[in-house]
Amino acid sequence: MARPLTLLGLVIVSVFLLMAVFGPLIAPYPFDAIIRGAARLPPSPEHLFGTDRLGRDVFSRVLWGAREIIAIPGIATALAVGFGTIIGLATGYLGGWLDEIVSRLMDSLLAIPALLLALALLGAIGSSPVGIIIVIVLLYVPIVARVIRSATLNLRSSGYIEAARLRGEPLMYILFREILPGVLPALAVESALRFSYAIFLTSSLGFLGLGVQPPTPDWGRMVSEGRESYATTPWALWFPAGAIALLVIGVNLLADGLRRILRYEGAA
Amino acid sequence: MPNPVIEARGVSMDYRLEKGWLNAVRDVSLSINPLGIHGLVGESGSGKSTLALALMGYLAPNARLSGGAVWLEGEDLFRKSQAELRALWGSQLSLVPQDSLAALNPAYTIGDQIAEVTRQHFGLSRRAAWQQAVEMLARVRIADPTSVARQYPHQLSGGMQQRVTIAMALSARPRLLVLDEPTTALDVTTEAVILDLFRELIQETQAAALYVSHNLGVIAQICDQVTVLYAGEVMASAPVRELYARPVHPYTIGLLASIPRPTTGVETRLPTIPGVAPALGDRPPGCVFAPRCPAALPHCFTDKPPLEMIAPGHQVRCHRWHEIVNGDVAILTQPEAAAPHVAHQLAAESVLSARGLRKTYGGAGWWRRLTRGSARRVRAVDDVTVRVRPQSTLGLVGESGSGKTTLARCIVGLETADDGQLELLAIPLDRRLARRSRAQLRELQMVFQNPNDTLNPYRTVGQTLERALERLSPQPLPPDQRRQRVLELLEVVRLTPDYADRYPAELSGGEKQRVAVARAFAADPALVVADEPTSALDVSVQAVVLNLLKDLRAQKGASYLFISHDLSAVAYLADWIAVMYLGQIVEEGTAEQVYQRPSHPYTEALISSIPVPDPAQAGGRIRLTGDAPRAADIPTGCRFHTRCPRKLGPVCETDAPPWQEAGGGHRIRCHIPAAELLALQVSAPKSD
Repeated sequence: MARPLTLLGLVIVSVFLLMAVFGPLIAPYPFDAIIRGAARLPPSPEHLFGTDRLGRDVFSRVLWGAREIIAIPGIATALAVGFGTIIGLATGYLGGWLDEIVSRLMDSLLAIPALLLALALLGAIGSSPVGIIIVIVLLYVPIVARVIRSATLNLRSSGYIEAARLRGEPLMYILFREILPGVLPALAVESALRFSYAIFLTSSLGFLGLGVQPPTPDWGRMVSEGRESYATTPWALWFPAGAIALLVIGVNLLADGLRRILRYEGAA
Repeated sequence: MPNPVIEARGVSMDYRLEKGWLNAVRDVSLSINPLGIHGLVGESGSGKSTLALALMGYLAPNARLSGGAVWLEGEDLFRKSQAELRALWGSQLSLVPQDSLAALNPAYTIGDQIAEVTRQHFGLSRRAAWQQAVEMLARVRIADPTSVARQYPHQLSGGMQQRVTIAMALSARPRLLVLDEPTTALDVTTEAVILDLFRELIQETQAAALYVSHNLGVIAQICDQVTVLYAGEVMASAPVRELYARPVHPYTIGLLASIPRPTTGVETRLPTIPGVAPALGDRPPGCVFAPRCPAALPHCFTDKPPLEMIAPGHQVRCHRWHEIVNGDVAILTQPEAAAPHVAHQLAAESVLSARGLRKTYGGAGWWRRLTRGSARRVRAVDDVTVRVRPQSTLGLVGESGSGKTTLARCIVGLETADDGQLELLAIPLDRRLARRSRAQLRELQMVFQNPNDTLNPYRTVGQTLERALERLSPQPLPPDQRRQRVLELLEVVRLTPDYADRYPAELSGGEKQRVAVARAFAADPALVVADEPTSALDVSVQAVVLNLLKDLRAQKGASYLFISHDLSAVAYLADWIAVMYLGQIVEEGTAEQVYQRPSHPYTEALISSIPVPDPAQAGGRIRLTGDAPRAADIPTGCRFHTRCPRKLGPVCETDAPPWQEAGGGHRIRCHIPAAELLALQVSAPKSD
C-alpha cells in the first residue's frame, strides 16, 4: 500500500538530515559574515532567503543552524529514550515497591511545567548545549518510561515471558531479549514523537535566549530576532520559523507512518 | 406444518477485502419453526457467526449478501430499510451475545437497561417499564429481582450477567432469539442451569431460537435440529437425535468422534480429523472437506457434492452418503489403543508433593494496604495437599475461581506460595522460583492456556526451542546438536522440519500449542503442568493436542498436573482427580472412583452438569442453585454449604468437614459419612 504522507515525511526528514551534515559546506556565506551594503535585502537569487537587518545571509544561517537543531534534540531524545526504556521495562516487569517508588518519582517530574524546569535549570547552570540536553532528558524520561511501562505490563503475563521465567532466564535476558522486541513498535513511535517535541522545545529555548549562544545561528533565536524587525525584514522570521515547522511536520508524518506500519506488522 | 418464523434460502455472504470479495457463507438454507431450537455448529472460521447475524438481517459494514434471502414471518429482511430493521432488532429479533459484560452498559443499572427496551418498543411509561424489567428478572430466575434491578453490571457474576442479557433479549417478546455461544464463557455448573432456563423460556415465549456454538455437547443438550457448517457451507442438517446417533457426513462423524467423553477412558486415543480447515480464500474446488476426508475419492476433489435430502429433515452434502449409510465405507478406523500406560497408581513415591500449600492475595502488610487500597483477603489456595505419582496424571478440576490455576502457579513457582512444603522427586523444592536449582527447573515445566501468547512472536519456532534446549539441557549442547534436537522435538509433536523457520504468526492455534508442548518437553521434564492447554482450541484440534499429551506421557515417562474446566478432557488423560472448591480440595481419588462414584455433592453436581454430546442424555440430574461465593468471603463451616443439595443441617454451617476415607485412596471432605455418600451414588439411576 502506498503511503504518500509517510513518504513525504521521510523526504522532509532526509533533506533536513542532509542539511545538518552538509549544510555548512553548501552555505554560500559563513554564518556570521556581515555582508557590506546588503542589509535588509528581500529574497533574491543572490540571497535566497534575503538578508537580516545586520546584512547576514538568512539562507546560510538556516543551513548552519540545522546542525544544532537536529543534533541537540537528537542526542537528548536518544538519551531520554534509552533511560526511559530501561526504567519502563524494569518497573513494568518487576512491579512491587520499586515500581511504586520510581513511578511516583516520574509522576512528580511530569508535574513540573516544561518551560519552568528549563528556565530554572538553565538559569542555575548557565545555558549550554549540555544544559539543554539535560533539561530535555529530565522532561522526557518519565514520559517514555510511562509508555514503555504500560506496554511491558501488557506483555508481562504472556505465556512466553512466564516460560522464560520457568527456564530460569536472568532478568536482563527477559527484559531485553523477551520483552524489548515486543515494545519496539511503541518505542519507535514514541521516539519519533519525542524527537519532534524536543525540536520544538529547543527552538523555544532559543527563542527565549536560552539556546545555543550567539553568534552560532539558532533557528529559535533567529525567529526571535526576526520578530523584532518584522516590519522591515519579515523574511528573517519566515524562513527559520518555516524551517522549524517543516521539520516538525516531517518528523510527525514519519512517526505516524511508522505507527501504522509497525501496528500492521504486529497484527500479522 | 406451521409457518416458519425465520427462513433463509440460498444465503451467500461475502466480505470485502483489499482486492475483491471473499465468500464467507455459501448457499445456506434453513428454517426454524416456533418453539424450534436450531443448532448451528462449526469450528472457528466456519462462518457461523456471520450467518447468525444474517438471519437477523444484519450485515457488517464490510459485508454483503451475494445471494439468497431471509424471511422473517414472510417478510424479506434484506429489503427493509435500516430504520425498519432497527425497529425489528431488540423487538422481533433478539441477540444474546457471548460476552455479556460487553453487551451491558456499565453506566446504567440493570433495571434501566431492560426498561429501555420496552419503553422503546412498546412506549411504556417509565414506571411500567421498570415494573416489567423486574418481572423479567424474576422470569430468568434471579432470586432478588428488585435489588438486582438497581445494581450495575459489574456487581453481578458472569452467570447473573448472562441471565440479564437473556432477560433483556426476551423482554420485547421476540419471534427469533439468536444465541451466539451464550454459555461458552461460563462454568459447566452455571451453563447447565442457563441451558435449562433457555429451554423453559423458549417454551414460555413460543419463540424460535438459533443456537450457535462450537460445543457439540451443549448443542446436543438443547437443540432439536442441527446444521453443521464447514468452511462456510452446510455439510449436514438433521434432527438432533439422528445427527448424533447416525451421523452420515464424514466431517460430522469425525467431529463427534474427536470429542473426549467422560467415559472415553485412558486406554484409547481419540480419533482425529487430519489437516486443518481451509482458509476461506482457498477453498478446494470440489467438496470443501475432501482434503481432510478419509473416504474421499478422486471426483470428490473436482465435483462439488449437492446437499441431498436422505431422510425427512436430514440433509447431507457428500458424494458417498449411500455407501456410508449402507456401511460400505467406514469413516472411522477402530479406536486406536493408546500406548500402554503404566500408571503407578499405588506407588508410594511421588514426583511432586505439595503439603499445606497456601496463597492469599491482598490484605497482607500495611504497605500493600496503603498502596493498593484493598484490605480484602482472598484465600485463593487454602491448605492444599496434593501429590502426583510417577508417570501418572493428576487432573485438577473445579469452577473458575476455585483456585486451581493459582495452585498450579504456586507449584511451578510463577507465584510464591505463602506457606506449605513442596517436594520434587523427593527433594525439597523452594517456594520461590529464584531459589530453585537448574535441575529442578528442568524437571518442572508448564504448558499455558492461550496459544496466542505462549510463543514469542518475534522468534521462529526453531529459535524458541533452541533457547529452551540451551537453558535446560543437562550438558551444554554444541549448536549443530541443538539444531538436531530441535528437529527431533518437532517430530515428537508431529510437525515437519520446515516449522523450525516459521514465526508464530504463521501457525494455527493448535500448532502453536504443539510447539509449546515441545518447548516444555525440551529437556525431558519429570512433571509438566498443563493449565487448560486445549480450552482455546477447536474440537478437532483439541483432540490432536490431547492425543499428543497422552503419547508423550508414555514415550517420555513424564507426569502431568492437568488443569481443566472441561471434565471430559480431564477424564481422557487423568489417572487421579482432585476436585477443588473455593481454594480447597473437596474430593480426590482415581479417575474411575471420581467419575463413576462421585461422592462429594459438589463433584456429583459438577459431573452431572457436563454437557454430554448425546441428546439422549440431555438434562442432568443435579443442578446447583446460586453462584459460587466469591473467594473474598468464604462461607463458614463447609465452604459448599450455601449451594449443597445434600446439606445436613447446622453442622455444615459451623464446622469444617473432616476427610472421609472411601477406600483405595478415595477421599471426600464432607460431614456425611463416606459409606452413605457412596450408597447414594449406587441407588441413584445411572444415566450411562
